[in-house]
Amino acid sequence: MTHALVELRGITKQYPGVVALKGVDFDLRAGEVHALAGENGAGKSTLMKVLGGGVAPDAGEIRVGDQLVRLRSPKDALALGISVVHQELVSAPMLSVTENILLGRLPRRGGRVLWAAAHSQARAVLDRLNLDISERTEMSRLSLGQQQLIEIARALVRDTKILVLDEPSAILGQAELEVLYTVVDTLRRQGVGIAYISHRLGEVMSLSDRVTVLKDGVLQDTLLVEDLSEERLVTLMTGRELTAPVRSGIALDAPVLLDVQDLQVKGGRAPINFSVRAGEIVGFAGLVGSGRTEVARAIIGADRAPGRVYIDGDLLNRRNPRSSRRRGLAYLPEDRKDQGLLLHRSIRENIGLASLKTRSRWGLLRSSHDKADTQRHASAVGLKASDLNSNAATLSGGNQQKVMLARWLAASPTVLILDEPTRGIDVGSKSEIYRLMKELTDSGLAVVMISSEIEEILAMSDRVIVMRERRIVAEFAGDEISEEAVTRAAIVSTDQVSPGNPTPETNAPEGLSTIRGVVND
Amino acid sequence: MTDQSGTLTAPAQRPKSGRARGIGPYVRKYGAAGALVLLVVVASLTAENFLEVQNILNVLRQISIVGVLALGMTFVIITAGIDLSVGAMLTVVVVYTANTVQTMGVVPAIAVALVVGAFLGLLNGLGITLGGVQPFVMTLGMMAFAKGIALLYTQGRPIPITNEAFLQFGSGRTLGIPNPALVFLILLIVAWVVLRHSVFGRSVYAVGANEEAARLSGIPVKRVKCAVYVISGVMAGVAGILYASQLGVGTPVAGDGYELDAIAATVVGGTSLFGGLGTVGGTFIGAALLGVLSNLLNLTGVSPYAQNLFSGTLIVAAVMLQRRNSQGR
Repeated sequence: MTHALVELRGITKQYPGVVALKGVDFDLRAGEVHALAGENGAGKSTLMKVLGGGVAPDAGEIRVGDQLVRLRSPKDALALGISVVHQELVSAPMLSVTENILLGRLPRRGGRVLWAAAHSQARAVLDRLNLDISERTEMSRLSLGQQQLIEIARALVRDTKILVLDEPSAILGQAELEVLYTVVDTLRRQGVGIAYISHRLGEVMSLSDRVTVLKDGVLQDTLLVEDLSEERLVTLMTGRELTAPVRSGIALDAPVLLDVQDLQVKGGRAPINFSVRAGEIVGFAGLVGSGRTEVARAIIGADRAPGRVYIDGDLLNRRNPRSSRRRGLAYLPEDRKDQGLLLHRSIRENIGLASLKTRSRWGLLRSSHDKADTQRHASAVGLKASDLNSNAATLSGGNQQKVMLARWLAASPTVLILDEPTRGIDVGSKSEIYRLMKELTDSGLAVVMISSEIEEILAMSDRVIVMRERRIVAEFAGDEISEEAVTRAAIVSTDQVSPGNPTPETNAPEGLSTIRGVVND
Repeated sequence: MTDQSGTLTAPAQRPKSGRARGIGPYVRKYGAAGALVLLVVVASLTAENFLEVQNILNVLRQISIVGVLALGMTFVIITAGIDLSVGAMLTVVVVYTANTVQTMGVVPAIAVALVVGAFLGLLNGLGITLGGVQPFVMTLGMMAFAKGIALLYTQGRPIPITNEAFLQFGSGRTLGIPNPALVFLILLIVAWVVLRHSVFGRSVYAVGANEEAARLSGIPVKRVKCAVYVISGVMAGVAGILYASQLGVGTPVAGDGYELDAIAATVVGGTSLFGGLGTVGGTFIGAALLGVLSNLLNLTGVSPYAQNLFSGTLIVAAVMLQRRNSQGR
């Protein structure tokens, strides 16, 4: 085996009251992808922060090559060729791709930027990654996924031998994932050692050479991927298996709770029509940017869009989210930190936010009622929090999502729209959210679930609606729902579909013969 | 944490990051209070008459005008806004009341003064929510505008107030407490109840903490934002009445600089300019801290010209301490 590029031995890190890492070993070789798996709070990110110089360990040693090193800051790590690409994007949206890639190191002479040199340097890095993105494009015009890839490109401008990718796939859709995987593979071939944090088991299995599993800050095992199966991985991570609950089929005569007619979303070329019955989960599949979130936001009146929406048969006045909420619509946005939570306010305030009226009389909160009701909803969603007065920011991703669910369940909705309900959360919380979705539909709610995780779509949906380029291109129900059919419908490229006849049926590959009905034509 | 055998049940049950909070939140919460206690101890050691009841009440009376303005400012800043026009709105109310209190009597004059404050605040609110003007710019404009009203109304000359009952209110006491201090304390309690225990208060925090989240959760964001500027305007009205009845004259420079004192008291009291964090209790402490400092400097005979150096240092030091010890905000 190749000699290790970097070796971490006996790394221990303690925070007040919590041991984040306990004597963990980790090493990375040239030209390998070493995945780090574990639930939220297992210590993956802390370990990678130790490697990136962002966190100083309490005990343990770090060797780069043969040398014992101390990483006091990210700068020290960068000097040794260790780059970390964080989960959050840190790009400057109004600047060009070149400027973003070369941020802080644009070639210059006498106070003038040498633009030609800058562009060609950026081009060289993009070429190295086989990326078909123009270096002169403004960053904000790129998709989230492309921006993520630019982050990686930025790391490569420096002489990076060790690349840490912290959940690079969390916000990507299927097609962008393929590009990411290609990029990672390219770098591996070029001899870069890649540490890869991920919640997606499938990608851990297919992409990595070795896998290290952490649990509660303790190293469970480091294994060659050949010696590992997905089930074994889950067991190592949790001691449990990922389960989607078995749901009973819905009654065909159940009332239609949500009926969307001729909804025109911004940039959409065809109106959106669909309906959801009581007790039904309709999955919205498609690539990131295919317009699913725009549909959800238009339905609840967060964005203006012509069209009609009926809730339980009554026309909804989509003036704003407030009036929609009153009529029983609930929307959990995809980005819980930016659009959902009040991170620096208490869990209690977060849960009460959509049901303040029922918690109050004459505009004043009824304190004991508020507390009891919050507690009730917190336990109904299985929220694990020692103190409901602590900040929402202190919770793990899974528990934050449960806070969002509790907030909306407290508003007693009839239609629940979930936008990426399990993005970036651990397997245990995922199972619990699936269980909750089942309970809610059993009690007669209509659920719309937007998801970029195909496994989730397949496991949870009674019907699947596929969107592409801001319109509905396919709908599947029951036995017609298959991974292949859904994925194909989502990614058939535009040039295969003639503009005059945008039906996938006409030019679609054979796999699409299972499409039951093409909506919106 | 060491339990490895219990993996079958619940690995996710521990809110791991929940406890690693350090002292940050406590410093934010109690830092200003600690500084106040410290300053009071220093003051009682260096100025022997500092702790006398009369002196304490005097300090309370002195901070009441800025304190009332700061209460309104607290609402505004919690929504991540700012109101630069409170001093100028106060001036408008002072000069207007100086005139009307002699023509229409005390109670109607006070009522009209409050309506004037509310109306100017409403203009701020509408400009910010419907007009889409940034709070800083809108209230900066209002500051100049209101000042202009005051100058036009007085033609630049001070208006003396002769109404005895009105002057009596400003200099008098109820149950031994100076009336302006009493008004401040009552409004303090009302503001505390509203922020802490009302639907509106929760909405104010939500709008400041995450506007988009608040909107998607059905909080009437624009209405809430508009309302905090109205509150700030009403508080400027109250402060203007206190000013006029204490000083007995309506001058067009009455409120100059008060907006900065009010912002200072609010921020020293722990309210974050980024919004979403802050309490009226903190604002009271902030106002008291600045008031005690100025009182101490007076008692010990420090030149009034040098006093600004101390208060400036105090403002920056207090906020630095809070920032250093709070995470991310």
